[in-house]
Amino acid sequence: MATITKERMALTGNEAVAYVMRQINPDVCAAYPITPATEVMQIFASYVADGLVNTELVTVESEHSAMSATIGAAAAGARAMTATSSQGLALMWEMLYIASGLRLPIVMPMVNRTLSAPINIHCDHSDSMGARDAGWITIFSENSQELYDNIIQAVRIAEHPEVQLPVMVTYDGFIISHAMEPVEVYSDEDIQAFIGEYKPMYSLLDVDHPITVGALDFTDYYFEHKRSQAEAMNNAIPKIEEVARDFERKFGKRYGLFEAYRTDDAELVIVVLGSTAGTTKAVIDDIRQKGVKAGMVKLRVFRPFPAKQIADALANVKAVAVLDRSEGMAGTGGPVYAEVRSALYDCENRPAVIDYIYGLGGRDITLSHITSVYNDLDSIARSGKRPYLCVNYLGVRE
Amino acid sequence: MAKLTEIRWHGRGGQGAKTAALLFGEAVLGQGKYMQAFPEYGPERMGAPVQSFNRISDEPITLHCHVTSPQVVVVLDPTLIGNVDVTQGLPNDGIIIINTEQPPSKFREMLHLNGQKVYTVDASRIARETIGRDIPNTPMMGALVKVTGLLDFQEMLKDTRKKLEKKFRSKPEIIEGNIKAIERAYNEVKGG
Repeated sequence: MATITKERMALTGNEAVAYVMRQINPDVCAAYPITPATEVMQIFASYVADGLVNTELVTVESEHSAMSATIGAAAAGARAMTATSSQGLALMWEMLYIASGLRLPIVMPMVNRTLSAPINIHCDHSDSMGARDAGWITIFSENSQELYDNIIQAVRIAEHPEVQLPVMVTYDGFIISHAMEPVEVYSDEDIQAFIGEYKPMYSLLDVDHPITVGALDFTDYYFEHKRSQAEAMNNAIPKIEEVARDFERKFGKRYGLFEAYRTDDAELVIVVLGSTAGTTKAVIDDIRQKGVKAGMVKLRVFRPFPAKQIADALANVKAVAVLDRSEGMAGTGGPVYAEVRSALYDCENRPAVIDYIYGLGGRDITLSHITSVYNDLDSIARSGKRPYLCVNYLGVRE
Repeated sequence: MAKLTEIRWHGRGGQGAKTAALLFGEAVLGQGKYMQAFPEYGPERMGAPVQSFNRISDEPITLHCHVTSPQVVVVLDPTLIGNVDVTQGLPNDGIIIINTEQPPSKFREMLHLNGQKVYTVDASRIARETIGRDIPNTPMMGALVKVTGLLDFQEMLKDTRKKLEKKFRSKPEIIEGNIKAIERAYNEVKGG
Protein backbone atom coordinates (compact mmCIF):
# COMPACT_ATOMS: atom_id res chain seq x y z
CA MET A 1 0.00 0.00 0.00
CA ALA A 2 1.36 3.42 -0.93
CA THR A 3 1.74 5.91 1.89
CA ILE A 4 -1.32 8.09 2.19
CA THR A 5 -2.23 10.89 4.53
CA LYS A 6 -5.03 10.26 7.01
CA GLU A 7 -6.51 12.56 9.61
CA ARG A 8 -9.08 11.70 12.26
CA MET A 9 -11.81 14.34 12.37
CA ALA A 10 -14.96 14.69 14.45
CA LEU A 11 -17.74 14.92 11.86
CA THR A 12 -21.46 14.41 11.66
CA GLY A 13 -22.70 12.32 8.76
CA ASN A 14 -23.83 15.41 6.88
CA GLU A 15 -20.49 17.13 7.51
CA ALA A 16 -18.64 14.06 6.25
CA VAL A 17 -20.71 14.10 3.04
CA ALA A 18 -20.12 17.81 2.40
CA TYR A 19 -16.42 17.34 3.16
CA VAL A 20 -15.99 14.48 0.70
CA MET A 21 -18.03 16.34 -1.93
CA ARG A 22 -15.52 19.19 -1.63
CA GLN A 23 -12.72 16.68 -2.13
CA ILE A 24 -14.47 15.14 -5.16
CA ASN A 25 -15.04 18.66 -6.52
CA PRO A 26 -17.87 17.77 -8.91
CA ASP A 27 -18.50 19.95 -11.96
CA VAL A 28 -22.16 20.55 -11.13
CA CYS A 29 -24.31 20.22 -8.01
CA ALA A 30 -28.01 20.89 -7.76
CA ALA A 31 -29.25 21.96 -4.33
CA TYR A 32 -32.65 21.88 -2.72
CA PRO A 33 -33.11 21.64 1.07
CA ILE A 34 -34.91 18.90 2.98
CA THR A 35 -34.55 17.72 6.56
CA PRO A 36 -32.32 15.91 7.51
CA ALA A 37 -30.18 16.37 4.38
CA THR A 38 -30.27 20.18 4.25
CA GLU A 39 -26.88 20.65 5.94
CA VAL A 40 -25.09 18.78 3.15
CA MET A 41 -25.83 21.40 0.53
CA GLN A 42 -25.71 24.23 3.10
CA ILE A 43 -22.11 23.34 3.98
CA PHE A 44 -21.21 22.55 0.39
CA ALA A 45 -22.62 25.93 -0.72
CA SER A 46 -20.20 27.59 1.71
CA TYR A 47 -17.33 25.74 0.01
CA VAL A 48 -18.57 27.08 -3.31
CA ALA A 49 -18.83 30.62 -1.89
CA ASP A 50 -15.32 30.36 -0.42
CA GLY A 51 -13.90 29.25 -3.75
CA LEU A 52 -12.74 25.88 -2.41
CA VAL A 53 -14.37 24.00 -5.30
CA ASN A 54 -14.90 24.71 -8.98
CA THR A 55 -18.46 23.40 -8.84
CA GLU A 56 -21.34 25.13 -10.57
CA LEU A 57 -23.98 25.17 -7.83
CA VAL A 58 -27.52 25.25 -9.19
CA THR A 59 -30.15 26.25 -6.64
CA VAL A 60 -33.46 24.92 -7.87
CA GLU A 61 -37.10 25.15 -6.83
CA SER A 62 -37.82 21.49 -6.03
CA GLU A 63 -36.22 18.05 -5.87
CA HIS A 64 -37.80 17.19 -9.21
CA SER A 65 -35.82 20.10 -10.64
CA ALA A 66 -32.71 19.13 -8.64
CA MET A 67 -32.64 15.71 -10.28
CA SER A 68 -33.54 17.24 -13.66
CA ALA A 69 -30.64 19.71 -13.45
CA THR A 70 -28.28 16.91 -12.38
CA ILE A 71 -29.44 14.77 -15.31
CA GLY A 72 -28.92 17.66 -17.73
CA ALA A 73 -25.44 18.33 -16.39
CA ALA A 74 -24.48 14.65 -16.50
CA ALA A 75 -25.77 14.30 -20.07
CA ALA A 76 -23.65 17.30 -20.97
CA GLY A 77 -20.61 15.39 -19.73
CA ALA A 78 -20.26 16.84 -16.24
CA ARG A 79 -19.51 14.94 -13.03
CA ALA A 80 -22.79 15.83 -11.33
CA MET A 81 -24.16 15.32 -7.81
CA THR A 82 -27.10 16.27 -5.63
CA ALA A 83 -28.36 15.13 -2.21
CA THR A 84 -31.80 14.53 -0.80
CA SER A 85 -34.03 12.63 1.63
CA SER A 86 -37.55 11.27 2.10
CA GLN A 87 -40.22 13.41 0.40
CA GLY A 88 -37.46 14.91 -1.72
CA LEU A 89 -36.56 11.50 -3.11
CA ALA A 90 -40.25 10.79 -3.60
CA LEU A 91 -40.64 13.97 -5.63
CA MET A 92 -37.63 12.92 -7.75
CA TRP A 93 -39.25 9.58 -8.55
CA GLU A 94 -40.04 10.33 -12.20
CA MET A 95 -36.52 11.65 -12.84
CA LEU A 96 -34.77 8.77 -11.03
CA TYR A 97 -35.82 6.44 -13.84
CA ILE A 98 -34.61 8.92 -16.43
CA ALA A 99 -31.18 9.17 -14.80
CA SER A 100 -30.75 5.38 -14.84
CA GLY A 101 -32.43 4.87 -18.24
CA LEU A 102 -30.09 7.42 -19.80
CA ARG A 103 -27.18 5.60 -18.07
CA LEU A 104 -25.91 8.74 -16.34
CA PRO A 105 -23.23 8.16 -13.66
CA ILE A 106 -24.71 10.54 -11.07
CA VAL A 107 -23.75 10.10 -7.40
CA MET A 108 -26.37 11.07 -4.83
CA PRO A 109 -26.01 10.97 -1.04
CA MET A 110 -29.45 10.12 0.35
CA VAL A 111 -30.44 10.48 4.01
CA ASN A 112 -32.88 7.78 5.06
CA ARG A 113 -36.04 9.34 6.47
CA THR A 114 -39.56 8.03 6.61
CA LEU A 115 -42.34 9.11 4.25
CA SER A 116 -45.50 11.02 5.15
CA ALA A 117 -48.29 10.60 6.26
CA PRO A 118 -48.26 10.92 9.24
CA ILE A 119 -45.53 13.54 8.97
CA ASN A 120 -42.27 12.55 10.63
CA ILE A 121 -38.67 13.65 10.02
CA HIS A 122 -36.92 10.63 11.56
CA CYS A 123 -35.18 7.60 10.17
CA ASP A 124 -36.54 4.60 8.43
CA HIS A 125 -35.86 3.14 5.01
CA SER A 126 -39.24 3.76 3.36
CA ASP A 127 -37.73 6.37 1.05
CA SER A 128 -34.82 4.37 -0.37
CA MET A 129 -36.87 1.16 -0.51
CA GLY A 130 -39.49 3.04 -2.53
CA ALA A 131 -36.79 3.73 -5.12
CA ARG A 132 -35.56 0.15 -5.23
CA ASP A 133 -36.84 -0.54 -8.76
CA ALA A 134 -35.62 2.78 -10.20
CA GLY A 135 -32.42 1.34 -11.63
CA TRP A 136 -30.04 3.04 -9.22
CA ILE A 137 -27.17 1.22 -7.57
CA THR A 138 -28.01 1.59 -3.89
CA ILE A 139 -25.42 1.40 -1.12
CA PHE A 140 -26.21 1.58 2.61
CA SER A 141 -23.77 2.93 5.20
CA GLU A 142 -23.56 1.87 8.85
CA ASN A 143 -21.72 4.95 10.12
CA SER A 144 -20.07 8.17 8.98
CA GLN A 145 -16.78 6.46 8.09
CA GLU A 146 -18.51 4.01 5.76
CA LEU A 147 -20.54 6.85 4.34
CA TYR A 148 -17.41 8.85 3.54
CA ASP A 149 -15.69 5.81 2.02
CA ASN A 150 -18.81 4.72 0.10
CA ILE A 151 -19.21 8.09 -1.62
CA ILE A 152 -15.60 7.99 -2.83
CA GLN A 153 -16.14 4.49 -4.22
CA ALA A 154 -19.53 5.45 -5.70
CA VAL A 155 -17.87 7.86 -8.12
CA ARG A 156 -15.70 5.08 -9.52
CA ILE A 157 -18.57 2.56 -9.62
CA ALA A 158 -20.96 4.94 -11.41
CA GLU A 159 -18.40 6.01 -13.99
CA HIS A 160 -17.07 2.52 -14.75
CA PRO A 161 -17.42 1.99 -18.52
CA GLU A 162 -19.22 -1.31 -18.00
CA VAL A 163 -21.62 0.13 -15.43
CA GLN A 164 -22.57 3.74 -16.31
CA LEU A 165 -25.38 3.92 -13.80
CA PRO A 166 -26.38 6.38 -11.08
CA VAL A 167 -25.46 5.48 -7.48
CA MET A 168 -27.35 6.38 -4.34
CA VAL A 169 -25.37 6.23 -1.09
CA THR A 170 -27.73 6.16 1.88
CA TYR A 171 -27.24 6.84 5.58
CA ASP A 172 -29.67 6.93 8.47
CA GLY A 173 -31.37 10.24 9.22
CA PHE A 174 -30.33 11.91 12.51
CA ILE A 175 -28.81 8.67 13.85
CA ILE A 176 -25.91 9.21 11.42
CA SER A 177 -26.66 12.48 9.62
CA HIS A 178 -26.63 14.54 12.82
CA ALA A 179 -24.40 12.42 15.08
CA MET A 180 -20.74 13.29 15.44
CA GLU A 181 -18.31 10.39 15.25
CA PRO A 182 -14.61 10.08 14.42
CA VAL A 183 -14.03 9.88 10.68
CA GLU A 184 -10.66 9.15 9.15
CA VAL A 185 -10.38 11.46 6.16
CA TYR A 186 -7.83 11.26 3.36
CA SER A 187 -6.07 14.03 1.48
CA ASP A 188 -7.72 15.79 -1.45
CA GLU A 189 -4.86 14.58 -3.67
CA ASP A 190 -5.32 10.92 -2.72
CA ILE A 191 -9.05 11.10 -3.38
CA GLN A 192 -8.53 12.84 -6.71
CA ALA A 193 -5.96 10.22 -7.67
CA PHE A 194 -8.41 7.44 -6.75
CA ILE A 195 -11.44 8.80 -8.61
CA GLY A 196 -9.38 10.12 -11.54
CA GLU A 197 -10.30 12.81 -14.02
CA TYR A 198 -13.79 12.30 -15.38
CA LYS A 199 -13.85 11.46 -19.05
CA PRO A 200 -17.50 11.03 -20.04
CA MET A 201 -18.20 8.30 -22.59
CA TYR A 202 -20.77 10.52 -24.25
CA SER A 203 -21.36 14.23 -23.98
CA LEU A 204 -24.02 16.51 -25.43
CA LEU A 205 -21.41 19.27 -25.54
CA ASP A 206 -19.02 17.25 -27.71
CA VAL A 207 -20.16 18.80 -30.99
CA ASP A 208 -17.67 16.77 -33.02
CA HIS A 209 -19.44 13.59 -31.94
CA PRO A 210 -23.10 14.54 -31.84
CA ILE A 211 -25.49 12.23 -29.98
CA THR A 212 -29.18 12.10 -29.24
CA VAL A 213 -30.29 11.77 -25.64
CA GLY A 214 -33.79 10.84 -24.63
CA ALA A 215 -35.05 9.92 -28.08
CA LEU A 216 -38.37 8.20 -28.73
CA ASP A 217 -37.86 4.46 -28.38
CA PHE A 218 -41.01 2.47 -29.03
CA THR A 219 -41.62 -1.19 -29.77
CA ASP A 220 -38.51 -1.28 -31.95
CA TYR A 221 -35.69 -0.81 -29.39
CA TYR A 222 -37.04 0.07 -25.92
CA PHE A 223 -36.84 -3.57 -24.82
CA GLU A 224 -33.24 -3.93 -26.01
CA HIS A 225 -32.25 -0.77 -24.13
CA LYS A 226 -33.82 -2.08 -20.93
CA ARG A 227 -32.10 -5.41 -21.46
CA SER A 228 -28.73 -3.68 -21.70
CA GLN A 229 -29.55 -1.55 -18.65
CA ALA A 230 -30.25 -4.76 -16.70
CA GLU A 231 -26.93 -6.11 -17.94
CA ALA A 232 -25.17 -3.00 -16.58
CA MET A 233 -26.78 -3.71 -13.20
CA ASN A 234 -25.50 -7.31 -13.35
CA ASN A 235 -22.03 -6.03 -14.31
CA ALA A 236 -22.06 -3.75 -11.32
CA ILE A 237 -21.61 -6.64 -8.83
CA PRO A 238 -18.03 -7.54 -9.89
CA LYS A 239 -17.20 -3.89 -10.57
CA ILE A 240 -18.30 -2.84 -7.07
CA GLU A 241 -15.99 -5.56 -5.73
CA GLU A 242 -13.18 -4.43 -8.03
CA VAL A 243 -13.49 -0.81 -6.85
CA ALA A 244 -13.55 -2.04 -3.23
CA ARG A 245 -10.29 -3.95 -3.80
CA ASP A 246 -8.66 -0.85 -5.29
CA PHE A 247 -9.97 1.17 -2.36
CA GLU A 248 -8.50 -1.28 0.14
CA ARG A 249 -5.14 -1.20 -1.63
CA LYS A 250 -5.03 2.58 -1.47
CA PHE A 251 -6.80 3.46 1.77
CA GLY A 252 -6.50 0.24 3.79
CA LYS A 253 -10.20 -0.29 4.53
CA ARG A 254 -12.01 -3.39 3.31
CA TYR A 255 -15.49 -3.28 1.84
CA GLY A 256 -17.57 -5.94 0.13
CA LEU A 257 -21.10 -6.42 -1.13
CA PHE A 258 -21.97 -7.04 2.50
CA GLU A 259 -20.18 -7.42 5.80
CA ALA A 260 -20.36 -10.86 7.41
CA TYR A 261 -19.84 -10.31 11.14
CA ARG A 262 -18.85 -13.40 13.17
CA THR A 263 -20.73 -15.67 10.75
CA ASP A 264 -18.02 -18.35 10.34
CA ASP A 265 -19.59 -20.73 12.86
CA ALA A 266 -22.84 -18.82 13.33
CA GLU A 267 -26.14 -20.69 13.66
CA LEU A 268 -28.38 -17.66 14.20
CA VAL A 269 -27.93 -14.72 11.86
CA ILE A 270 -29.54 -11.29 11.57
CA VAL A 271 -29.60 -9.59 8.17
CA VAL A 272 -29.76 -5.82 8.54
CA LEU A 273 -28.91 -2.54 6.79
CA GLY A 274 -27.61 0.79 8.04
CA SER A 275 -26.89 2.06 11.54
CA THR A 276 -28.69 -0.79 13.35
CA ALA A 277 -25.88 -3.09 12.22
CA GLY A 278 -23.59 -1.37 14.74
CA THR A 279 -25.99 -1.99 17.62
CA THR A 280 -26.38 -5.60 16.45
CA LYS A 281 -22.59 -6.10 16.62
CA ALA A 282 -22.63 -5.05 20.28
CA VAL A 283 -25.39 -7.59 21.00
CA ILE A 284 -23.48 -10.36 19.18
CA ASP A 285 -20.28 -9.65 21.15
CA ASP A 286 -22.31 -9.84 24.34
CA ILE A 287 -24.31 -13.03 23.73
CA ARG A 288 -21.35 -14.83 22.11
CA GLN A 289 -19.74 -14.69 25.57
CA LYS A 290 -22.77 -16.64 26.82
CA GLY A 291 -22.26 -19.28 24.14
CA VAL A 292 -24.87 -18.18 21.61
CA LYS A 293 -23.56 -18.73 18.07
CA ALA A 294 -24.82 -15.41 16.76
CA GLY A 295 -23.75 -13.56 13.63
CA MET A 296 -24.84 -10.83 11.29
CA VAL A 297 -24.90 -10.07 7.59
CA LYS A 298 -24.95 -6.33 7.02
CA LEU A 299 -26.04 -5.53 3.49
CA ARG A 300 -23.94 -2.77 1.97
CA VAL A 301 -25.10 -3.11 -1.62
CA PHE A 302 -28.89 -3.46 -1.87
CA ARG A 303 -29.13 -2.74 -5.62
CA PRO A 304 -28.00 -4.78 -7.42
CA PHE A 305 -29.01 -7.41 -4.87
CA PRO A 306 -26.13 -9.88 -4.32
CA ALA A 307 -28.47 -12.88 -4.07
CA LYS A 308 -25.99 -15.69 -4.76
CA GLN A 309 -23.39 -14.27 -2.38
CA ILE A 310 -26.01 -13.83 0.37
CA ALA A 311 -27.27 -17.37 -0.17
CA ASP A 312 -23.70 -18.72 0.14
CA ALA A 313 -23.14 -16.73 3.35
CA LEU A 314 -26.33 -18.12 4.90
CA ALA A 315 -25.98 -21.68 3.58
CA ASN A 316 -24.97 -23.34 6.87
CA VAL A 317 -27.05 -21.25 9.20
CA LYS A 318 -29.99 -22.67 11.17
CA ALA A 319 -32.21 -19.60 11.39
CA VAL A 320 -32.15 -16.11 9.88
CA ALA A 321 -33.97 -12.95 10.92
CA VAL A 322 -34.25 -10.07 8.50
CA LEU A 323 -34.63 -6.64 10.09
CA ASP A 324 -36.66 -4.40 7.80
CA ARG A 325 -36.78 -0.69 8.54
CA SER A 326 -39.73 -0.17 6.24
CA GLU A 327 -43.18 -1.73 5.89
CA GLY A 328 -43.61 -2.51 2.22
CA MET A 329 -47.38 -2.72 2.65
CA ALA A 330 -47.25 -5.83 0.51
CA GLY A 331 -48.88 -8.08 3.09
CA THR A 332 -45.82 -10.30 2.90
CA GLY A 333 -43.35 -8.49 5.18
CA GLY A 334 -40.68 -5.95 4.37
CA PRO A 335 -38.75 -5.60 1.10
CA VAL A 336 -35.43 -6.90 2.44
CA TYR A 337 -37.17 -10.01 3.75
CA ALA A 338 -38.64 -10.65 0.30
CA GLU A 339 -35.18 -10.40 -1.29
CA VAL A 340 -33.37 -12.57 1.24
CA ARG A 341 -36.10 -15.20 1.27
CA SER A 342 -36.12 -15.30 -2.50
CA ALA A 343 -32.30 -15.56 -2.63
CA LEU A 344 -32.49 -18.70 -0.45
CA TYR A 345 -35.42 -20.40 -2.18
CA ASP A 346 -33.37 -22.57 -4.57
CA CYS A 347 -30.88 -23.65 -1.88
CA GLU A 348 -31.23 -27.23 -0.72
CA ASN A 349 -30.51 -26.66 2.97
CA ARG A 350 -32.11 -23.29 3.32
CA PRO A 351 -32.51 -22.00 6.86
CA ALA A 352 -35.70 -20.73 8.46
CA VAL A 353 -36.12 -17.06 7.55
CA ILE A 354 -38.30 -14.72 9.57
CA ASP A 355 -38.93 -11.00 9.31
CA TYR A 356 -39.05 -8.12 11.78
CA ILE A 357 -40.36 -4.71 10.83
CA TYR A 358 -38.70 -2.25 13.21
CA GLY A 359 -37.77 1.37 13.82
CA LEU A 360 -40.44 3.04 11.69
CA GLY A 361 -40.45 6.82 12.03
CA GLY A 362 -37.24 6.73 14.05
CA ARG A 363 -38.50 4.40 16.82
CA ASP A 364 -35.43 3.41 18.82
CA ILE A 365 -34.13 -0.12 18.44
CA THR A 366 -32.43 -1.18 21.64
CA LEU A 367 -29.95 -3.85 22.64
CA SER A 368 -32.78 -5.79 24.30
CA HIS A 369 -34.91 -5.69 21.14
CA ILE A 370 -32.07 -7.27 19.16
CA THR A 371 -31.34 -9.77 21.92
CA SER A 372 -35.00 -10.83 21.81
CA VAL A 373 -34.64 -11.51 18.07
CA TYR A 374 -31.72 -13.88 18.73
CA ASN A 375 -33.82 -15.57 21.45
CA ASP A 376 -36.62 -16.09 18.93
CA LEU A 377 -34.14 -17.48 16.39
CA ASP A 378 -32.79 -19.85 19.03
CA SER A 379 -36.29 -21.26 19.68
CA ILE A 380 -36.89 -21.71 15.96
CA ALA A 381 -33.51 -23.42 15.47
CA ARG A 382 -34.24 -25.79 18.37
CA SER A 383 -37.68 -26.63 17.00
CA GLY A 384 -36.12 -27.63 13.65
CA LYS A 385 -39.16 -26.16 11.92
CA ARG A 386 -39.46 -23.50 9.25
CA PRO A 387 -42.34 -21.14 10.05
CA TYR A 388 -44.14 -19.95 6.93
CA LEU A 389 -44.09 -16.22 6.17
CA CYS A 390 -43.31 -15.27 9.75
CA VAL A 391 -43.55 -11.48 9.89
CA ASN A 392 -43.16 -9.75 13.26
CA TYR A 393 -43.16 -6.19 14.53
CA LEU A 394 -40.33 -5.19 16.86
CA GLY A 395 -40.87 -2.43 19.41
CA VAL A 396 -44.40 -1.46 18.45
CA ARG A 397 -47.36 -1.06 20.85
CA GLU A 398 -50.25 -3.32 19.91
CA MET B 1 -16.89 -4.35 25.32
CA ALA B 2 -14.42 -1.83 26.72
CA LYS B 3 -15.64 0.54 29.38
CA LEU B 4 -18.18 2.86 27.86
CA THR B 5 -19.23 6.14 29.48
CA GLU B 6 -22.53 7.69 28.49
CA ILE B 7 -23.47 11.30 29.27
CA ARG B 8 -26.82 13.06 28.93
CA TRP B 9 -27.02 16.84 28.73
CA HIS B 10 -30.26 18.61 29.69
CA GLY B 11 -30.87 22.17 28.60
CA ARG B 12 -33.36 24.49 27.03
CA GLY B 13 -33.46 25.29 23.32
CA GLY B 14 -30.88 28.02 22.68
CA GLN B 15 -28.70 27.26 25.72
CA GLY B 16 -26.17 25.22 23.81
CA ALA B 17 -26.84 21.66 25.01
CA LYS B 18 -26.14 20.36 21.52
CA THR B 19 -23.00 22.49 21.15
CA ALA B 20 -21.79 21.29 24.55
CA ALA B 21 -22.05 17.65 23.50
CA LEU B 22 -20.32 18.35 20.17
CA LEU B 23 -17.54 20.42 21.78
CA PHE B 24 -16.99 17.79 24.43
CA GLY B 25 -16.96 15.11 21.74
CA GLU B 26 -14.23 16.97 19.87
CA ALA B 27 -12.23 17.31 23.08
CA VAL B 28 -12.54 13.56 23.63
CA LEU B 29 -11.33 12.84 20.10
CA GLY B 30 -8.47 15.28 20.68
CA GLN B 31 -7.21 12.90 23.39
CA GLY B 32 -7.22 9.89 21.09
CA LYS B 33 -10.38 8.29 22.48
CA TYR B 34 -13.51 7.25 20.60
CA MET B 35 -16.73 9.18 20.95
CA GLN B 36 -20.18 9.97 19.70
CA ALA B 37 -22.03 13.25 20.20
CA PHE B 38 -25.63 13.69 19.16
CA PRO B 39 -28.70 15.72 20.03
CA GLU B 40 -32.22 14.50 20.46
CA TYR B 41 -34.33 16.04 17.73
CA GLY B 42 -37.86 17.01 18.46
CA PRO B 43 -39.82 20.20 17.98
CA GLU B 44 -37.00 22.74 18.38
CA ARG B 45 -38.16 25.89 20.11
CA MET B 46 -36.26 28.45 22.15
CA GLY B 47 -36.66 27.57 25.80
CA ALA B 48 -38.16 24.10 25.30
CA PRO B 49 -36.46 21.25 27.18
CA VAL B 50 -33.83 19.55 24.99
CA GLN B 51 -31.31 16.77 25.47
CA SER B 52 -28.02 15.80 23.89
CA PHE B 53 -25.68 12.88 24.45
CA ASN B 54 -22.09 11.67 24.46
CA ARG B 55 -20.60 8.22 24.35
CA ILE B 56 -16.93 7.86 25.24
CA SER B 57 -14.71 4.78 25.06
CA ASP B 58 -11.11 3.71 24.53
CA GLU B 59 -12.33 1.44 21.73
CA PRO B 60 -14.51 2.05 18.65
CA ILE B 61 -18.20 2.52 19.49
CA THR B 62 -20.71 0.75 17.26
CA LEU B 63 -23.90 1.43 19.23
CA HIS B 64 -26.52 3.47 17.43
CA CYS B 65 -29.41 3.17 19.87
CA HIS B 66 -30.53 5.91 22.26
CA VAL B 67 -28.70 6.58 25.51
CA THR B 68 -31.15 5.42 28.18
CA SER B 69 -29.04 4.87 31.30
CA PRO B 70 -26.20 7.41 31.29
CA GLN B 71 -23.60 7.33 34.05
CA VAL B 72 -23.45 11.13 34.04
CA VAL B 73 -26.17 13.76 33.70
CA VAL B 74 -25.38 17.44 33.17
CA VAL B 75 -28.17 19.96 33.78
CA LEU B 76 -27.59 23.34 32.13
CA ASP B 77 -30.76 24.92 33.53
CA PRO B 78 -31.93 24.24 37.11
CA THR B 79 -35.52 25.24 36.28
CA LEU B 80 -35.79 21.97 34.35
CA ILE B 81 -35.68 20.07 37.65
CA GLY B 82 -39.23 19.20 38.61
CA ASN B 83 -40.41 19.59 35.01
CA VAL B 84 -38.14 17.05 33.35
CA ASP B 85 -37.10 13.72 34.91
CA VAL B 86 -33.39 14.52 34.81
CA THR B 87 -32.41 11.42 36.80
CA GLN B 88 -34.27 8.98 34.53
CA GLY B 89 -32.14 5.88 33.99
CA LEU B 90 -29.30 7.24 36.14
CA PRO B 91 -27.76 4.26 37.96
CA ASN B 92 -27.24 4.38 41.74
CA ASP B 93 -23.53 5.08 41.27
CA GLY B 94 -24.28 7.78 38.70
CA ILE B 95 -23.37 11.44 38.82
CA ILE B 96 -25.48 14.53 38.27
CA ILE B 97 -23.93 17.97 37.74
CA ILE B 98 -26.21 21.00 37.93
CA ASN B 99 -25.70 24.62 36.87
CA THR B 100 -27.10 26.45 39.91
CA GLU B 101 -26.15 28.92 42.62
CA GLN B 102 -27.58 26.47 45.21
CA PRO B 103 -25.49 23.93 47.14
CA PRO B 104 -25.69 20.21 46.24
CA SER B 105 -27.51 19.40 49.50
CA LYS B 106 -30.57 21.26 48.22
CA PHE B 107 -30.98 18.80 45.36
CA ARG B 108 -30.23 15.51 47.11
CA GLU B 109 -33.67 15.45 48.70
CA MET B 110 -35.53 17.12 45.86
CA LEU B 111 -34.35 14.50 43.35
CA HIS B 112 -35.14 11.44 45.57
CA LEU B 113 -31.69 10.01 44.95
CA ASN B 114 -30.48 6.51 45.79
CA GLY B 115 -26.79 7.17 46.32
CA GLN B 116 -26.11 9.13 43.15
CA LYS B 117 -23.62 11.93 43.61
CA VAL B 118 -24.67 15.55 43.13
CA TYR B 119 -22.35 18.37 42.14
CA THR B 120 -23.23 22.01 41.57
CA VAL B 121 -21.52 25.00 40.02
CA ASP B 122 -22.84 28.48 39.21
CA ALA B 123 -21.94 28.21 35.53
CA SER B 124 -24.37 30.96 34.50
CA ARG B 125 -22.65 33.48 36.77
CA ILE B 126 -19.23 32.30 35.62
CA ALA B 127 -20.34 32.68 31.99
CA ARG B 128 -21.72 36.19 32.59
CA GLU B 129 -18.51 37.26 34.33
CA THR B 130 -16.09 35.73 31.82
CA ILE B 131 -17.88 35.58 28.46
CA GLY B 132 -20.35 38.38 29.13
CA ARG B 133 -23.44 36.27 28.42
CA ASP B 134 -25.31 33.48 30.15
CA ILE B 135 -24.00 30.58 28.04
CA PRO B 136 -23.35 27.89 30.63
CA ASN B 137 -22.31 25.10 28.26
CA THR B 138 -18.55 25.66 28.07
CA PRO B 139 -18.05 26.14 31.82
CA MET B 140 -20.07 22.96 32.43
CA MET B 141 -17.47 21.09 30.35
CA GLY B 142 -14.86 22.15 32.92
CA ALA B 143 -17.06 20.92 35.78
CA LEU B 144 -17.70 17.65 33.95
CA VAL B 145 -14.00 16.95 33.48
CA LYS B 146 -13.23 17.78 37.12
CA VAL B 147 -15.96 15.52 38.50
CA THR B 148 -15.48 12.56 36.16
CA GLY B 149 -11.76 12.69 35.37
CA LEU B 150 -12.66 11.50 31.86
CA LEU B 151 -10.06 13.72 30.20
CA ASP B 152 -6.72 15.35 30.95
CA PHE B 153 -7.78 18.88 31.90
CA GLN B 154 -4.76 20.78 30.57
CA GLU B 155 -4.92 18.89 27.28
CA MET B 156 -8.61 19.69 26.99
CA LEU B 157 -7.96 23.40 27.58
CA LYS B 158 -5.28 23.41 24.91
CA ASP B 159 -7.51 21.59 22.45
CA THR B 160 -10.55 23.78 23.14
CA ARG B 161 -8.44 26.90 22.68
CA LYS B 162 -7.31 25.61 19.29
CA LYS B 163 -10.91 24.96 18.24
CA LEU B 164 -12.09 28.39 19.43
CA GLU B 165 -9.17 30.10 17.69
CA LYS B 166 -10.36 28.63 14.41
CA LYS B 167 -13.93 29.77 14.97
CA PHE B 168 -13.40 33.19 16.59
CA ARG B 169 -10.21 34.42 14.91
CA SER B 170 -11.35 38.04 15.05
CA LYS B 171 -12.72 37.92 18.61
CA PRO B 172 -9.88 37.02 21.01
CA GLU B 173 -12.01 38.13 24.01
CA ILE B 174 -14.44 35.28 23.32
CA ILE B 175 -11.60 32.75 23.28
CA GLU B 176 -10.12 34.04 26.55
CA GLY B 177 -13.58 34.31 28.14
CA ASN B 178 -14.46 30.70 27.34
CA ILE B 179 -11.11 29.34 28.52
CA LYS B 180 -11.42 31.32 31.76
CA ALA B 181 -15.00 30.05 32.20
CA ILE B 182 -13.93 26.42 31.82
CA GLU B 183 -11.07 26.91 34.31
CA ARG B 184 -13.29 28.63 36.87
CA ALA B 185 -16.02 25.97 36.69
CA TYR B 186 -13.34 23.29 37.01
CA ASN B 187 -12.15 24.94 40.23
CA GLU B 188 -15.52 26.00 41.65
CA VAL B 189 -17.63 22.86 41.18
CA LYS B 190 -18.47 21.24 44.53
CA GLY B 191 -20.35 18.28 45.92
CA GLY B 192 -20.07 14.52 46.01
